[in-house]
Parts: sequence; structure tokens; C-alpha cells
Amino acid sequence: MEQLERYEPLVGEFEAFREACERALPSVVRVNTIEATPERAKAALDEEGVGWDDREWSDTVLELDTTNPGSTWASFHGWIHGQEEVSAIPAEVLDPEPGERVWDACAAPGSKTTQLAALMDDEGLVVANDNNLGRLSALRFNTERLGVTNAAVTNRDARNFSLKPFDFEAFDKALVDVPCSCEGTIRKNPTALDDWSMDHVRSVAGVQKGILRRAVQATRERGTVVYSTCTFAPEENEAVLDHVLREEDCRLVEFDVGLDSRPGITEWDGETYDESVRKAQRFYPHLNDTGGFFCAKLEVGP
Amino acid sequence: MSDPEATNDGQRFDRLPETAADREVEGRATREEVLDWWDQRFGIPPETFEGYSFWEKGKGKIWILRGDLESPVGVEALGMKFLRTRQEHWKPTMNAVQRFGRGATRNVIELTREQARRFARGETQELEWDGDWGYLVAAHEFAGEPEPLGVGLYIHGELQSPVPKGRQREL
Repeated sequence: MEQLERYEPLVGEFEAFREACERALPSVVRVNTIEATPERAKAALDEEGVGWDDREWSDTVLELDTTNPGSTWASFHGWIHGQEEVSAIPAEVLDPEPGERVWDACAAPGSKTTQLAALMDDEGLVVANDNNLGRLSALRFNTERLGVTNAAVTNRDARNFSLKPFDFEAFDKALVDVPCSCEGTIRKNPTALDDWSMDHVRSVAGVQKGILRRAVQATRERGTVVYSTCTFAPEENEAVLDHVLREEDCRLVEFDVGLDSRPGITEWDGETYDESVRKAQRFYPHLNDTGGFFCAKLEVGP
Repeated sequence: MSDPEATNDGQRFDRLPETAADREVEGRATREEVLDWWDQRFGIPPETFEGYSFWEKGKGKIWILRGDLESPVGVEALGMKFLRTRQEHWKPTMNAVQRFGRGATRNVIELTREQARRFARGETQELEWDGDWGYLVAAHEFAGEPEPLGVGLYIHGELQSPVPKGRQREL
């Protein structure tokens, strides 16, 4: 946990932050609206004697009073899917519409892919890509388990992704939920920081820049790109946005998901970033009792 | 008419021909046959699948995609695995039955909660059934309505559960 001390100047209420990081996460699921409405899913949980609590910011996110939501009938039927609360943020921010073409650049194991498909009423096309063949089977398993029929799965390096398998030139929207140093997942996985090093942070930041640039290029003018990580490191967050703002035709836009957050930061470790990165949002564990997360919304074009 | 040069390429998705007259690859199911099969076997009307396209990748593996794309498509997966053809008895997938089986009016076996638990564990159970043998929609009453659990195989007085290992649950 000492790795997180570098963020003391950023976080403000550092003791509350540290305490939240040491607590276990609440058990949260997303209702899969391809198979059931939130009302039916709640009725099913009631019938099984599983208690639930609504979340104000989203109709489909529920906290359950079981630590094993996978062992419910609702899960067996694909009505609910275990998904950490902050992990449900980026698809909501991307807000895909039925019929659109959406690229999920780093899609495995598929929680966000299936959420995108559900938000689109399973209409249109989600191209779910992942470069890791091993993780692709989990992605395929989850899309099928949750009844998704509008997804195509590809296995490429997202940094030079080609639209060649498809008969269109650009996506309407792209979700760029990149591989990262995962500091924000410490509540779920107490060993998340065991392999942490500054070298790793720098190395993934390079990959993140490449993937986000390709997503901007592959998205039509006025289209939307959402960038997210589950880490606090500015090197992987604001610095990546700053780089892409300089290299590609895009700009940051404001968004509101109804969860408490802090703005993106413009200064870190002697570097300064584009002022507009303040429009990105930092979700700290103590603010909404969740994991840690970073999310930014971009519009493509001048 | 089949084209003797055309074969099923396991590396890509090819859209199913509409009818037998459009068939170029020998042994490939047609869209019409697939729709007929769901209608005949489960009473699920062909209109259910308006707006979906059907694809073959791998020998006899039929996939269902919402919408359509230019055929062929070189990707890892397209939509959902839907039906196994090129064998004597066609077999729907568990996921397809969970997704589309709610509209079934034929060959639906209603299980009690305890029987449903055994089904979800992947167990074979002895059951009375005076309907057709073969692949059935196994369902149970859930949240006030019959909900499909998946595909079951009824034969010799037994209901087998082909629920894949990764989807079996102790409930």
C-alpha cells in the first residue's frame, strides 16, 4: 500500500482514502437488460431471498447481500452479472445508442462489452477486441452467457487495429479501457500492488497512448471516445490524455454520471498538462465506497 | 446447386444461403432450414429471427448475429453460437435456448425447482415425459413466469443435461 502514498498531495482526505482502500468492496452486480428488466431481476432476487440495494446513479447497478452472486438463479439465467461499481462507469459515459458501431478496444473479460451491448438493446455492432488470446475465451464465454448477439470478437493489437474485416470505414464510438497498473483494484485484490514499479507504470503508459490514438483515428468526426483506467497514476491518466490532445484531432468534454468525483489534475511530478484534462474525473474509493477509477470523455474532430 | 470448389473454411464466417437453391457449399444449412427447424421443433415462429443473420464457422457450427455484415468475415467470434448442424439431430446451444426459448410452445419440459437444480448441476435424471424424444427446452417457473434453463436431451425415460462445465452451478 505504500505505493499509494505518492498520491497524498492529490487526494486531499488521505486518511479516508487509505482506510477505504483497506476495506473489502461491497458485492455489486449489473442487471443484464438483454435478458431481464431491473424490476424482474429484483423480483427474482426477492424470490431467492437475496437482499439488494439500489444505486441512485444507475438503474442497472445493484448491491447484493451475498458474497457469491454467481451462485444465484438470476446469474444462471444471465439476468445479473458480477461487475464492480466503477467498472460500470465508462459504458454509461460512452452512452451508445441502438444501431451504432462501437469499438471496445481492450474488451476481455467482457463486463463492459456486454454492458455496451445491453445499452444498445443488442442492436448495431460492438467490435470487442483483445490482444490476449487467453483472455479471449472469457470474453466469448461472457458475451454468449449474457445473450449478446450484436458483438464481433477480434484478436489484434489495438494500437494498429484494422477495420478490414468489416464493411465500414469508422466507428461511431469507442471505449478505451486500457491495461493499467490497477492500483484502484486493491480492495478487490489485495495483491494488486505486489508487482508495482515505476518502470511498469511508464511502460503501460506508452501502450495506453498508442491505443487511445488509434481509437481517435478509427472514430468518425463528432464521434465519442471514452478513456478509462482503474488506476490513480497521472502518468497513465492525465499524461496520456495530454499526449493524445497534442497528437490527434480531438477534445475533452464534460460529463456527469451522478457519482462523486474529483477533476483531472494539471500538474504532477514537475510536468504540466493541458488545462482541459480537468474535465476528466477521478473516482477515489472513499468518495462512493467503490474501487478507484479514472474516466475521460473525448469528442473527435476540431 | 453446390459448387464443387466451395468448401467450409474454418477460419472465417460465411453467411448461410437463403434457400437450397442458393447453396454453394455442400452440406451447409440454409437460413430457411434453420428457421423451419426452430419452428417445427419448438414452435418458435420464423418472424422471431427477422433482423438476424446466420453464419457458419467450423463444421456445422451455426452462429446468430443481430443485423448483417458483408460475407465472409474474418473474426474470432460473431454473435452467438446458436445451433449445431451437419449431424443427424440438430442441437441448439444452451445460450440460444436461454435467449430465444421463452417463445417456445412445443417440446418444453417444465421442471420443478429441485429438478431444475439437478439440471443446473449437469445431472441426468429419470423423468416422465410423454412428448417427443430428443432435444427439449428445459424450463422452470422463475419470477412468476416459465424461464428456459437451457437445452435438455430426453431419451429412454431420462432427461440429460448438456449444460457445459463452465455454466454448471450448485444452486
